[in-house]
Amino acid sequence: MKEPSPTPVDVHSDAFLARLMRDQLKLSIACALAFAVALVALPLLNYFQPEMMAQRVFGFTLTWLILGVLFFPFVWIISYVFIRRSIALENAEAQAAQDGRTK
Amino acid sequence: MNALLACLAAAEPAAKGIDPWIAFFSLITVVVTVGMGFWTAGKSKSAGDFFVAGRSVSVGWNASAISGEYLSAASFMGVAGMVMATGYDALWYPVCYACGYLFLLLFIAGPLRRFGAYTIPDFAEGRYDSPVFRKIAVCFVLFIGFFYTMPQMKGAGTTLAYIFPGLPYWAGVVVVGAVITLNVSLGGMKGITLVQAFQYWLKVFAITLPIFVLASVVGHYQSHLATNKTAQETTATTLPGIERKALPAKAPKDEAWIAPFGKLTTKAVDASIAAAKTPEEKSALEANKKPYSLLYTYSLIIALVCGTAGLPHILVRFYTNPDGVAAKRTTMWVMILIGVFYVFPPVYGVIGRSLTPELYDAVGAKGTDKVVLELPTLLAGRDHALLGSILSGITCAGAFAAFMSTFSGLLVSMSSALAHDIYGRMLRPASSPEQRLKAFKWSALIVGLVAVGLGSQVEALEINFMVGQAFAIAAASYFPLLFMSVWWRGMTMRGAATGMLVGGLSALASISLTSISDVAVAKAKKLTDAAELAAYWSDHPLAKAIADHWVAHPLARILCEQPAIWAVPLSIGLMVIVSKATAASIPADIRMKMLVLHAPEALGLKQEYIKEHEGLGRALRPRSASPCKPRPSSAFYVFGVKLLLFINK
Repeated sequence: MKEPSPTPVDVHSDAFLARLMRDQLKLSIACALAFAVALVALPLLNYFQPEMMAQRVFGFTLTWLILGVLFFPFVWIISYVFIRRSIALENAEAQAAQDGRTK
Repeated sequence: MNALLACLAAAEPAAKGIDPWIAFFSLITVVVTVGMGFWTAGKSKSAGDFFVAGRSVSVGWNASAISGEYLSAASFMGVAGMVMATGYDALWYPVCYACGYLFLLLFIAGPLRRFGAYTIPDFAEGRYDSPVFRKIAVCFVLFIGFFYTMPQMKGAGTTLAYIFPGLPYWAGVVVVGAVITLNVSLGGMKGITLVQAFQYWLKVFAITLPIFVLASVVGHYQSHLATNKTAQETTATTLPGIERKALPAKAPKDEAWIAPFGKLTTKAVDASIAAAKTPEEKSALEANKKPYSLLYTYSLIIALVCGTAGLPHILVRFYTNPDGVAAKRTTMWVMILIGVFYVFPPVYGVIGRSLTPELYDAVGAKGTDKVVLELPTLLAGRDHALLGSILSGITCAGAFAAFMSTFSGLLVSMSSALAHDIYGRMLRPASSPEQRLKAFKWSALIVGLVAVGLGSQVEALEINFMVGQAFAIAAASYFPLLFMSVWWRGMTMRGAATGMLVGGLSALASISLTSISDVAVAKAKKLTDAAELAAYWSDHPLAKAIADHWVAHPLARILCEQPAIWAVPLSIGLMVIVSKATAASIPADIRMKMLVLHAPEALGLKQEYIKEHEGLGRALRPRSASPCKPRPSSAFYVFGVKLLLFINK
């Protein structure tokens, strides 16, 4: 939970809205980047490093193991992090706004 | 039930070799689903009760229900069939279906939930105060809906043709289409948490149990994969106890199948290479093969990840939670539930390649799309005859659950769009609720008929491929609309409409071109006689011209088959340019709208907004007092409730 902001927050100010959208977008983009990097990188690795990606791991090829099995837990981790952070962010925003209103 | 079964068997004397267990499990699924729909509909006596079902259930039930709605025939049958047919590249489908859901969660679900818009037309109208824009958005519900019903119908036709071996493909489509359409128009509606949750667990059970039993008898996922030779290996691995039947000539070779950039992404260039006349042409095309495949892969990824956001029946489900925190927890569980499911369909594809290679030779409903149904019966040849039949019956039941849930969901949202928006608002604004109800039933019949008509034409196309196309259209129309409207204050109605229409329609047009020519080519392939073939092509000059164009220009073919890579940027670009040009028409209360979209629900800003703008923005008007309860404000839900109440009278 964030410290109550030192200056009163006016929920109807442009500054509040801009900060709100910026914080949310920052969190979303950070999480999206994590999986976008994976989605962009895997085809590139397949393209430039075919021998490495064709190595056998437990009978799978490396690239098959990544895409067919490991990708799903990876997506779970990203969504877990996002959900925790966004609940915390929302609580902090609500707290800040309510402090601003009571002042 | 057995009596019914006997009747069914007696009524189908032409159909030889019906396995009673398979028919039994499939019939039970249909009866239970239809029965549960009516039973729960009968229990909700008031509009309040109808929504309590969404509110009072736990996170676990709700997550199961969402997942049940999400997993269609494409996930259940299509992924396995495509992995078997094309190998590694098809793995992108299940991965991107799951990633798409994450993308929706990151950028779109939260703001739309706060805004209280339950459907995309609701959002379009509320965000831009424009009933006209609502109508444009409704048209896309129908476009995308029809593209998404086609693969479900293919799943239905394939499954019925499998259960009743004598039945032609089109008859299966007609039977299943008629049953579901009747069910929806008589009021056994879905959208009810219990039925959806049941369908999820049925699907998971039906995909996992048979494969575990099968793998313990014939060998595991990785063992079967290990027997496929990679390009780097000099000899094929053989493992004790792992059987591999000889592959027919039509099947892709091991090296191409197990590695990336295989048949799925290279077939356009391969067709051109086969038609090339000089060796120079051939080698020039050969050099382009891999870069084009990379392009294809990226375009596919964009279509699937962005397209999930635009499917008409997915967004609604975000609102059946008591508050934002529960909604987010539910989403986490949905990610896990669908992720667990998606690990399994490729296993069928891999084992199917080893043990049922004869499917490569068959076309249409008898091809690889039915590998999920076919594989368990192999146990019969290994002294487990009864077990094989029962397990195959279970996978058939899962397939039924898959296409029934998705098709009836689509039918409800498309019929509502027709009855409420097109009939109730455009044709006859003064119509009474009873008239609209009648219109809903007629709409369901019309939509059902069109869906059956379209579905019976697409036997030659792969289920998963068609779903990918529906996703591509959604990615180029709804996704830019939602994404830009939520995160950019400067969007205007004209900008949004231009981008959505141009992006969506150009994707629709290019995809239709590929499908038309593919269907024609598949029909032509069945003709062996040269004179017949020539006559067929002269009857279809357009399809011939398109097919020839693809051979001459493989890059054009790839860009038309997977248009997302150019259509999504085109749509977003147009939105920005036109919005800048019409900046004067940004809604006056844009700051408040953005605040409602982004401020925490706990602040109750929406209530403030509604007080200030009484009469504006239908989608924002509350139907319940507390800001934390889901408000059944969408036309779709209100209409559904009216329908339920009417039927229960």
